Amino acid sequence: MNIAVLAKLVPDLVEELTIDSAGAKLDLAFARYIINELDDHAIEQGILLKERFGGQVTVVVPEGDGADDVLFTAAAKGADRLLKLTGFSPDIGNTRALAQHCSEIIRELKPDLVLTGVQAHNDLDGSLGSLVAGLLELPYVGYVSGVAIQNGAASVRKEYPGGLIAEFDVTLPAVLGIQAAEQPPRYVAVSKVRQTMKTATIESMPASAGASAPLLTISRMYKPEAAQHATMLAGSPEEVAAQLIGIFKELGVL
Amino acid sequence: MGNDVCVVIEHLRGQVSDISYVMLAAARGLAESSGGKVLAILLGHGAQDLAQDLLADEVLYADHPELTDFTPDAYEAVLVQLLGEKQPRAILLGHTSIGTDVAGTLSVRLKLPLVSSCRQITSDGKYVSQICGGKIMAEGELPVPASVVTMTPGGYKPEQGRGSARPEVTAIQPPPLTPMRTKLAKYIEPAGGDVDISKESLLIAVGRGIQNQDNISLAEELAKTLGGVVCGSRPVVDQAWLASSRLVGKSGKHVKPKIYLALGISGAPEHTEAISDSDVIIAVNTDPSAPIFDIARYGAEADILDVLPSLTEQIKQLRG
Repeated sequence: MNIAVLAKLVPDLVEELTIDSAGAKLDLAFARYIINELDDHAIEQGILLKERFGGQVTVVVPEGDGADDVLFTAAAKGADRLLKLTGFSPDIGNTRALAQHCSEIIRELKPDLVLTGVQAHNDLDGSLGSLVAGLLELPYVGYVSGVAIQNGAASVRKEYPGGLIAEFDVTLPAVLGIQAAEQPPRYVAVSKVRQTMKTATIESMPASAGASAPLLTISRMYKPEAAQHATMLAGSPEEVAAQLIGIFKELGVL
Repeated sequence: MGNDVCVVIEHLRGQVSDISYVMLAAARGLAESSGGKVLAILLGHGAQDLAQDLLADEVLYADHPELTDFTPDAYEAVLVQLLGEKQPRAILLGHTSIGTDVAGTLSVRLKLPLVSSCRQITSDGKYVSQICGGKIMAEGELPVPASVVTMTPGGYKPEQGRGSARPEVTAIQPPPLTPMRTKLAKYIEPAGGDVDISKESLLIAVGRGIQNQDNISLAEELAKTLGGVVCGSRPVVDQAWLASSRLVGKSGKHVKPKIYLALGISGAPEHTEAISDSDVIIAVNTDPSAPIFDIARYGAEADILDVLPSLTEQIKQLRG
């Protein structure tokens, strides 16, 4: 079972997002990047499948701040091969182009299964997994929270609203958009990652020339203009708690 | 390419999803400005009655046993053929676990750009998408001559897409649908034996701000003291700090309590779409720009780990 996992870095939403002066893109000069959370789940699911069914896990990450850390951390968790897509930076509105570059890599790797997070918070022109599936003419199922391999096919659990799960049989090779791994992404100590950095190798994969220009244009970016805003409670935590009690009384809870 | 706007109707186990009506409402404005019709595309088996309240100029209905339930492959095959023939101005799908399974592959196969997370389509043909966990709006011209769009709730009310008169239904012939590479094996019902949070009147909801599993007990203590039930957002359930039956959000439960106390929840669209029917939302979060404050009636910029113990203690004192 050879598995390829596509992961990317995204701006950390804990930090304040700033729109640049032209008003049509984010100013990311001081942004902190983290792995797309659902891609982290995809890596975990890939490693779980390797542990259960054997094979090799290859992780592909586009270059950028933190890309090496993501790759070495994946290796410390059990990934076998680390690939860095160079010459291309993911941004809002260029997921289609990223999908084209990733598709070229997947064509070379010929994995049985391609896993990636079902979406990233900055996807604007589609999610990576479904676009890669389209480009490679492979079956795709998203919102997956469980995968088993039986008789050369995948049995995947797909989430629907209300907690309903649909179990699908999927022929391989296939692309799956992971919503959640079957267990939380495992923790690896920094010391183990550092140790891995001494032995593991990151291979560079230059982005293919001639990828098409973005198909989507953004004319304006802004922060949501809310029709309303909460009445804010000020003060120390104790004072906030006291005001909450007042609200609960008003609402008849206390 | 034409001027019609096609809406792929989502339905699950015999019920049309609200997002379908939202999309029909969005399609109406665009169709009017482009001089086209709203075409609802309904795929199913023995599902023609689902068309009865769709506010569409015409419903194109494909009936086939392989379309009884949603499968990405079968939907893709029918839609590629149909939309390749119709060549509409826009193709709307839900930004849901059904719509996004098809949107990417459809856009590639039809060689059309894809706009995702679209909340609104303006009458002058612009998309307005909400991204970055609800913190950023992006807008631009809906690509011409045609594009695929996945839509989120929030920009239109489902009632705007419901009609009182049964629309004209035209049967269409699906292409051969065997063999399919994705097949539905079975549905697995949500685990029973737990409280049904969709029926609770007071929910204590925790998000990433709860920080670790040990701190869940702080919320449980408050729920016990106040008389509510603990639930959570996606990150908390993904970490297995709460059971999946307590998940509020797109893949979890839609709730409508009298009070929804959102603790350390930022308010990403996937979460807020499931709590919009709450009577009163009260939010506590350290991030003053958290989108949850835009839908809450009351809010506090504070650390829930400081507020929670004090709140529980003060209620205990009040109750003697």
